[in-house]
Amino acid sequence: MSVGEQYITIALFVIVGAIFPVLTIFVASLLRKPRTPEPQKYLTYECSVLPFGPAWVQHNVEYYMYALLFVIFDVETVFLYPWAMTYRSFGLFATVEVIIFIAVLALGLAYAWKKGALEWMRGWR
Amino acid sequence: MVSVENPLIMNIIRGLIGVVAVILFLSLNVLFLTWLERKVIARIHVRYGPNRAGPYGLLQPIADMIKLLTKEDIVPEKADKLVYNLAPMAAFLFALMPAAAVGIGSGLIAADIGVGVLYIAAVSSLSTLAILMAAWGSNNKYSLLGGMRTAAQSLSYEIPLVLSMIGIVAIVGSLSTQDIVAAQSQAWFGIIPKWFIFYQPLAFIVFFAAVVAEMGRIPFDLPESESELVAGFHTEYSGMKFAMFMFAEYIHFVVGSALVVTLFLGGWHLPIISPLVENLGWIKYIVQAGIFVAKMYVIIFTLMWVRGTLTRTKVDHVLSFGWKGLLPLALANVVITGVVLSI
Repeated sequence: MSVGEQYITIALFVIVGAIFPVLTIFVASLLRKPRTPEPQKYLTYECSVLPFGPAWVQHNVEYYMYALLFVIFDVETVFLYPWAMTYRSFGLFATVEVIIFIAVLALGLAYAWKKGALEWMRGWR
Repeated sequence: MVSVENPLIMNIIRGLIGVVAVILFLSLNVLFLTWLERKVIARIHVRYGPNRAGPYGLLQPIADMIKLLTKEDIVPEKADKLVYNLAPMAAFLFALMPAAAVGIGSGLIAADIGVGVLYIAAVSSLSTLAILMAAWGSNNKYSLLGGMRTAAQSLSYEIPLVLSMIGIVAIVGSLSTQDIVAAQSQAWFGIIPKWFIFYQPLAFIVFFAAVVAEMGRIPFDLPESESELVAGFHTEYSGMKFAMFMFAEYIHFVVGSALVVTLFLGGWHLPIISPLVENLGWIKYIVQAGIFVAKMYVIIFTLMWVRGTLTRTKVDHVLSFGWKGLLPLALANVVITGVVLSI
């Protein structure tokens, strides 16, 4: 199989991986099971007390800070992989370029660090 | 009538064999792991662990499976039904996908795509989506908190994970897991293996920590820290849907350990033994798979040992360890590797 044809297998993985759990859950639902419907059973679990207010509430913004930083650094890694693959044909020049690139991003990380973007719950202290 | 010689049909058949083989391999390992984990943790706690079903309690996983199959499936009435029901399926799918590009022997791989390592990094981060779906769909505070924590944690550890693999990719010059293992086949004086753990010790430490965090195991098991969040994102799930989450979690465990072995511990190569079986036909494959699985279980046992030894880390410590500890180390590793390789 050529490299391109290997992607057929990947596609099959997606298809089978999507069908397998559906089938398993379906087959399990066919089996005879204890069914004792009680209204309390279908309440949201909250350590045995009645659910207090909805769960879908506004959420702490701290989590999104990490998502923003993640986007920056994940794009960076995507740029580094081509270099890792081809540094042989470009030699020292490319390495210097990459070190400058990493230095700029390390500066960005240091800035985020200094500004407290990496602190958990900084607004609460 | 379609000819059997049709290359597309042949490829699909070969692909299907690969998929079935991978699912079988994972299922068997997961079944065994659920038993092994309980047994190992029990021995660390000076308990016996499962010892009623079958010899040494070995049939316990089967009993658990029958129990989960026959359990009532409860959907909370306030849940977002569509998202709630899709989440366990998504969890399984996204756990299975990275396994496609991990081989357990030379040629014993489902899909040897050229971008193997990058593919694994890309699809393994998808499982966060499944967890967020479960967290949101359950409409439960514990689930939502656990899901949010998982998102923050796996985003934070994704970057060191991907960055720490760059050094190896630069040394090998290929992203394929087959090529990466092939590059570790030699040995100094025929005894000391040329594994990447010796070339990239810093990357190994970063990768190992990051992969444990991605698996969500102790000391990074915040997604389902049972003492504060009941069970995290799968609090509301029962029966087969819960089983799917557990299956996905153990698949992450197996695939993560297999990745550590592939990248840093020489895959299916072992000095002295590997050269001996090189020309033995099918025996070669059995020995290679055996070596690989043995190494995998060394990693798995280490992680269980870690679970029995360490405590859970606080969420702020987990995140600052990722961003302030592992990320600078991973960046430094890239620079050091680049400089050393270019000189």
